[in-house]
Amino acid sequence: MSTNTLHEYRTGWKRALIQTKISLTSPGDLLGFLMPTAIAVVVLLFMQKADFEGAPVSLGSMNMPSLIGMNVVFGGIMGMVGSLAMDRTNGTLLRAKSMPGGMTGYLVGHLASTAIFTTIMALVLLLVGLPLFDGLEFDSPDRWLIFISVLLMGIVATLPIGAVLGALLDNPRNMGLVMFPIMGMVAISGIFYPITALPTWLQGIGQAFPMYWMGLGMRHALLPDSMAAVEIGGEWRTVTMFAVLAVWAVVSMALAPRLLRRMSRRESGSAVAARRADMQRDW
Amino acid sequence: MGHPPAYDGPAIAVSDLRMRYGDKDVLTGLDLEIEPGGVTALLGPNGAGKTTTIEILEGFRGRSDGEVSVLGVDPARGDEAWRARLGVVLQEWRDNGKWKVRDIVGHFAEYYRPYTEPWGAGELLEMVGLTAQAGQRIQTLSGGQRRRLDVALGIIGKPSLLFLDEPTTGFDPHARREFHELIHRLTDLDGTTILLTTHDLDEAEKLAERIVILAGGRIIADGSPDQLARAAATTAEVKWIQEGQLQIHATEDATDFVRKLLATDDGKVTELEIHRASLEDAYLELVAKFEAGQAATAVDTFLAKLWLASFAKREATR
Repeated sequence: MSTNTLHEYRTGWKRALIQTKISLTSPGDLLGFLMPTAIAVVVLLFMQKADFEGAPVSLGSMNMPSLIGMNVVFGGIMGMVGSLAMDRTNGTLLRAKSMPGGMTGYLVGHLASTAIFTTIMALVLLLVGLPLFDGLEFDSPDRWLIFISVLLMGIVATLPIGAVLGALLDNPRNMGLVMFPIMGMVAISGIFYPITALPTWLQGIGQAFPMYWMGLGMRHALLPDSMAAVEIGGEWRTVTMFAVLAVWAVVSMALAPRLLRRMSRRESGSAVAARRADMQRDW
Repeated sequence: MGHPPAYDGPAIAVSDLRMRYGDKDVLTGLDLEIEPGGVTALLGPNGAGKTTTIEILEGFRGRSDGEVSVLGVDPARGDEAWRARLGVVLQEWRDNGKWKVRDIVGHFAEYYRPYTEPWGAGELLEMVGLTAQAGQRIQTLSGGQRRRLDVALGIIGKPSLLFLDEPTTGFDPHARREFHELIHRLTDLDGTTILLTTHDLDEAEKLAERIVILAGGRIIADGSPDQLARAAATTAEVKWIQEGQLQIHATEDATDFVRKLLATDDGKVTELEIHRASLEDAYLELVAKFEAGQAATAVDTFLAKLWLASFAKREATR
């Protein structure tokens, strides 16, 4: 790696720190994340009164770890898609293109700041969830290790997926094209109800996507071992979980650079202006 | 400035540049050479291809045909070191709205460090008159302040060549004047070549030492504001009333024509007027025709006004 490339990565990292500072001090950014999460937590609190087929912990406590897993996937994908789409409309991306090494700095900055933001939010959820939900276990180093590795694996898998989708999506008004499939993914991934309650063919589809495995991994980290009985096959399937997430990471990492380069190449002032005019027409 | 003088040819050299979108020709053989230093204005009506031209020069857009060299490099193959010697200020930029002014200036300077010693945040903000706004978020700046920040970010790496695309669109007269003063300050920074596009002749005359007029996909006039003004004014229109009828005559030598006219009219000529065409008249007519969709006629008429000494000798009666 040349010294200039190294410099670009370092500059990108600095960008990530500034962006994180901005996200954490912008009420809009924070509320956009905290509101839906807070609502979900409240719903789960009510679900503490419900049990699933005599499982040792309540449905609410069962879903709390799944919610953390879901948030990592959601934050990783939508964080990247949202910023890539918005930044093409307001010219941030074009600005990056106009500076030496700017594109690398921009991408490294966004990947890193999305990763930082997602991590912070997962930790916040964990700290809020542990005292509120009965039956969660997080008192041994092997649980910490599982939590951290699932979190990292989830970030590594979802950021490039977000980059790929963000590069393909050329206009923020098409965000729904990404948003709705992810919502659908939540429904079939056993986040708010055990996946085993679904018909087998839907279980199959759900298991093809990272959302299910992130939920499973987080349940593994936080629920009593006896809860594995509720899962498919009655076990945590740790190796399969890491393998599936790794496949998603590798495939999207292979696709992302090419698509991002294509996106960058097509960027120009008139392209930005046209996109903006297009959006204004719709509003 | 901060860059090694590795290249001493023209800042911009373009020959026979062509650009075609689908079946629409936007540039039809543009030739342009700009020596280092000074301000050149690329003037033309909206839709004349100014933005397309400047985007090709900036390396943001491919071209259909022709030779282009910017600081000695083909923009289609420019690397990061080449990029570091350019400054780009676009028509409208709303990026990084949540950043603080001081943060963005400090951070963007970082990108240039491997190539040059960029401006420090303090001195740069002072130069563009934004010292008081350093702690503000960018989205709270006024339109004029925002554009001055864009200029600051454009020159942050002490570029050899600075592009300004329609820099004062949408400005009120005050913001516009402040912006013009900023450009004059920039021209004092030795060695920076500035190419700006505008559709406003007045702005081009105020800012540029050289005006290049783009219309119909090619350069139709090129010279200093003074030269162009004199070229446009070579013909004068003489009007008078004779026997109740309006007479109009176009001539290169109005004095001589009028002397002869009055010597032989037997006192019948009244309401004599001599109108010397200004560059503004000629340009406004070009724009009006261009916007009415008569691009080809517009260009021809403009050229006729500018260059033809034998301006159609009509002695029309109305």
